Amino acid sequence: MPIASSSARVAISLHGVTIVQQGKGVLPDMNTSPLARENAQSHAPATAGEAAAAVMPKMQTESLSIYYGNFRAVADVTLPVRDRKITAIIGPSGCGKSTLIRSLNRMNDLIAGAHAGGKVMLDGEDIYASGIDVVDIRRRVGMVFQRPNPFPKSIYDNVAFGVRLYGRIPKAELDDIVETSLRRSALWDEVKDKLKQSAMALSGGQQQRLCIARAIAVEPEVILMDEPCSALDPVATLKIEELMQELKQDYAIVIVTHNMQQAARVSDTTAMMMMRADRAGEMIEFDETQIIFTKPRDKRTEDYVSGRFG
Amino acid sequence: MVVTKPLSTKLPTPLVRRMFQHGDVPFKIIIVLATLFTLALVVGVGVMLWLFTSVTRMDLGFSFVTSKTWNPTGSQFGALPFVVGTLITSILALIISVPLGVGIAIFLAELCPARLRAPLGVMVELLAAVPSVVFGLWGIFVFVPTVVKPLGNFLKNAFGTSGDVIDLPLFHGPFYGFSYLAAGAILAVMVLPTIAAISRDVLLAVPGSQREGAFGIGCTRWEAIWQVVLPYGLSGILGAVILGLGRALGETMAVTMVIGNVAQLSGSLLSPGYTMASVIANEWGESSTPAYASALLEIGLLLFIMSVLLNLLARLLVWSVQRRNPQQHA
Repeated sequence: MPIASSSARVAISLHGVTIVQQGKGVLPDMNTSPLARENAQSHAPATAGEAAAAVMPKMQTESLSIYYGNFRAVADVTLPVRDRKITAIIGPSGCGKSTLIRSLNRMNDLIAGAHAGGKVMLDGEDIYASGIDVVDIRRRVGMVFQRPNPFPKSIYDNVAFGVRLYGRIPKAELDDIVETSLRRSALWDEVKDKLKQSAMALSGGQQQRLCIARAIAVEPEVILMDEPCSALDPVATLKIEELMQELKQDYAIVIVTHNMQQAARVSDTTAMMMMRADRAGEMIEFDETQIIFTKPRDKRTEDYVSGRFG
Repeated sequence: MVVTKPLSTKLPTPLVRRMFQHGDVPFKIIIVLATLFTLALVVGVGVMLWLFTSVTRMDLGFSFVTSKTWNPTGSQFGALPFVVGTLITSILALIISVPLGVGIAIFLAELCPARLRAPLGVMVELLAAVPSVVFGLWGIFVFVPTVVKPLGNFLKNAFGTSGDVIDLPLFHGPFYGFSYLAAGAILAVMVLPTIAAISRDVLLAVPGSQREGAFGIGCTRWEAIWQVVLPYGLSGILGAVILGLGRALGETMAVTMVIGNVAQLSGSLLSPGYTMASVIANEWGESSTPAYASALLEIGLLLFIMSVLLNLLARLLVWSVQRRNPQQHA
């Protein structure tokens, strides 16, 4: 074992068994497939039991209900979103997945008549409490939408857009932020020679990565992705999925997806939602992704993930 | 092996129908003719004006446009006061109505509660349905005495000759109400519904995903409107302004009723003036000599050329904005 990486390791001793957990960013020497690594990560907290539970989630909805007028679209959802993990929300159409994810940065506020009951905690603070700066919440909890929605401006201006909202910044510094954001969204090499060109000329997949760059340029803490690949071809989808694995080194990510293979491939934990008889969406199961897809507790989850309906 | 019968054996098509490709040919002919007719009208008006104005064009040449003396009885025909009057009143109208109209559009499209949007929108559009002569009457009896006069007096006191604040030639001279200012203000009211209604439609057509993108990154409502929605609709809003300008340039009746109708050249907004459309409408009946008639027609020609040029210029502007920000989505 290389000495350099040993300092990044954390040894947890529980029940007489020593589990060596790999620190972040020192994965290369671990000679295992990505899937095995994911398993190792997702199994560790289960073995560590209460030690993992003590870690406060980055975000947490508490008995969250969302109403459109009198209609309850989402009922009593308690969903933890862990930092530096990917949380997937799956379920059949109309079960309130999008409504739920859009409540995490209060995008639902823009719909007339929409209101929330319960809490959404971000670092222990309820974002629906009175006196909360919604604009700041949306900066801290960024969002990527179903269809790429770059502004009809240049590539550079798209990425710089959010940063410029916070006042004038020296050109060199802004250049740095734009480059870093584009590098982290794996778009830099494709666009570095045409930063002044219109973002509308990019392909759909590139536009979506540009939207991701635009979101991370303002240094959010959580990134919400509402079916980010539904308008993209498989190659572009793969790129976004790889990118998500990179991004989770730094951010908590929540993704809504209709594609169960995608949820299984990319996420660490999965929430399964269903529509109740009164048409309100509820979360019927939440667990490690691996468990949801191999031995779910709820029969409906099993039917859904095995493709028997939905 | 599958034997397929031609469809025509089942459904026999009449010869005539086949000859005209099921009506496509006559339809195409009608459409092309309608288009050519429109084109011919525009060209025809231009040619007619050109031919009928030969008297003044030959005698005066370009000095018709540059001379400022209009004295038909003395056979002096200078159109400059009218050209300047039309430009001043139209530009003044746009200066007042563009911010107001775009503001109304922003309110209707972005801020107004959904159930007020339709009734308020209809009211704005109704403003465009008021006949121009009614606007003129309203201008004479209501608008000029209650709004334009106090406003003009205030401007005169503040910025006029040895004014309180600063001396601007724009507000020099005596002020009696009927003036460029009055004409520009009434034109602004008349142009307002055009600009407001079209800009509102343009803003409503901006995709919701653009607003989501703006809010999702932490824009306030103001920033989302100002930095995303308005730039997205800029070319459409410019189009609305062009339509407004077109109406302002050609508007005759209401302007004639409040501008004072004095063929003089003045740099002050407070002095009475004359516009191209007004002088044609007012003096057509008195044009006793061929030269007089020709002079009025040539003013018409100038107005025609000016409108065409301004429209072309504006179209270029819209086109260049669209080129810079193409809006097609992948």
